[in-house]
Amino acid sequence: MNATEITAQFQLAFPGFHMDIALSLPSSGISVIYGESGSGKTTLLRCMAGLERPKHGYFGVNGQIWQDSRTNRFIPTHRRNLGYVFQDANLFPHLTVLGNLEFGYKRAATKHNRSHFDHIVRFLSLDTILQRTPERLSGGERQRVAIARALVLNPDILLMDEPLASLDINRKREVMPYLLKLQQEFVTPVIYVTHSQREVMQLADYLVILKRGRVQANGSLMEMLSKPEFPFEQEVDAVSVWQGVVKSHDPEYQLSCIDVGGITLNVPLVKAEIGAQIRVLLQARDVSISLQAPMQTSIINVLPAKITGLDADRTGNTTVSLRCGANTLLALITRKSAHQLALAEGMPCFAQIKGVSLIN
Amino acid sequence: MLTADDITTLWLSIKIAGITTFILLLIGTPLAWWLARTQSRWRGFFQALIALPLVLPPTVLGFYLLLLMGPKGLVGQFTEALGLGTLPFTFWGLVIASVIYSLPFVVQPLQAAFAMIGRQLLEAAATLKAGSTDIFINIVLPMAKPGFLTAAILGFAHTIGEFGVVLMIGGNIPDKTRVVSVQLYNHVEALEYGRAHWLAGCLLLFSFIVLFILYSALKIQTNSQSGK
Repeated sequence: MNATEITAQFQLAFPGFHMDIALSLPSSGISVIYGESGSGKTTLLRCMAGLERPKHGYFGVNGQIWQDSRTNRFIPTHRRNLGYVFQDANLFPHLTVLGNLEFGYKRAATKHNRSHFDHIVRFLSLDTILQRTPERLSGGERQRVAIARALVLNPDILLMDEPLASLDINRKREVMPYLLKLQQEFVTPVIYVTHSQREVMQLADYLVILKRGRVQANGSLMEMLSKPEFPFEQEVDAVSVWQGVVKSHDPEYQLSCIDVGGITLNVPLVKAEIGAQIRVLLQARDVSISLQAPMQTSIINVLPAKITGLDADRTGNTTVSLRCGANTLLALITRKSAHQLALAEGMPCFAQIKGVSLIN
Repeated sequence: MLTADDITTLWLSIKIAGITTFILLLIGTPLAWWLARTQSRWRGFFQALIALPLVLPPTVLGFYLLLLMGPKGLVGQFTEALGLGTLPFTFWGLVIASVIYSLPFVVQPLQAAFAMIGRQLLEAAATLKAGSTDIFINIVLPMAKPGFLTAAILGFAHTIGEFGVVLMIGGNIPDKTRVVSVQLYNHVEALEYGRAHWLAGCLLLFSFIVLFILYSALKIQTNSQSGK
């Protein structure tokens, strides 16, 4: 086993449900487990946490083995260095917010200094509600406390079971920015279970699709998006997803500028604060290629790029993989134009992006 | 006025009820926890067994206990073999009978309180590094506090008030097994209504005060838990 990987193998049978999963997940970033209800995604997460004990199972996190049924090894939940956020916040009703946060913090094996604790409290904006009891919190506040309660443990892995599913749309909007910021602030790998395609697009770095207790497909979000069998009905063609930071707004032209790894992109005006993290969707068919810098064009996003791959299909189209700074971009052009321009791997070019859609 | 006799019987009742309540909390807690959590098909059986004293005439219970603890009974032979003699007509015989008699009054409120604590909350505690003993002490006990309060007071008050079982196995031995309810009966039998009034009045007042304190405390508990 790779020491910097998360390896999971579980076989489990309930009446009417059979799970058989073997997975390797990256040990950084957000891995999203996506599936319809009954696909076994929550059960998988519970197996990882040790809340279920499948007869046949193996689970290793960064070289630590938490379960190996062949050697009868099973570390109970409370000895696994993990954080778990439940769908319902599950706060202890007899303790204040502070009491809830300190419950795990006091018991954590590796006690970090209090400034780490305070940092998390500030990160999730809990400063003003520390003395409240859970029933006096809104749904969004409760879920923020639950996330903080898991983070103060300084876990090796953070498991989140549909943390937004029981919130209404406004509460979802309240909590989402914290999830987006999570990866910048903490290095903890996150395994995030959801049945929402929108959350997948917003959060996933790595995506696992479960169906009836089995892994249907898995890979980085970019890889998965360019796969024709990608099951999300909203995106028929290949797309690229870029993550950036909001730089400025221009209400007069109804545009916002976002910075994506040093590249500036103009997007339709977004309702987000300057500095907020944002993801944009670039449809491959909205991206065209020019070998010279286009002059006097109506397209406002023209980016220098380098061709990293060409993939012709039977329908007369060619998918061109491009590298723009640190980002990958897909362009869908006709095979004829690819031929006429004599496109080849390694060639510099300009990507003209006709449309950018926001994920929110 | 209460005579020295009356006070002795009152004190004996309080002593028996106190010890009984203590024992009941010790054995009732794990029992109620098991009943609240188990999926075993034996659950119904034990639930019914524990609830029996609620519906059975106390004299029936007393009769069986008398046989069981007597020289020919299983328990009696065992205690005699240990050189302890037989239990009926002794202080400890009364305590044991009271424990059985008051068991449902302690187990049922505890079981209800435990059942209220969702499984997910216990799982959340486990993901926060708490082992099972830790969870019991720091999550279950504080959350079930109203249940413990109810159980202790009901167990205590119900033991004080018992009569039928005592009569069957305790007899009427001054200083040893003559409890307050029996003393009251003796007064009435002897047509000493004045003394009976005093004793009955004391018990009435005691019961009311206990229940009043219980319900006031529970009200404060629920109010503070709902945060209003």
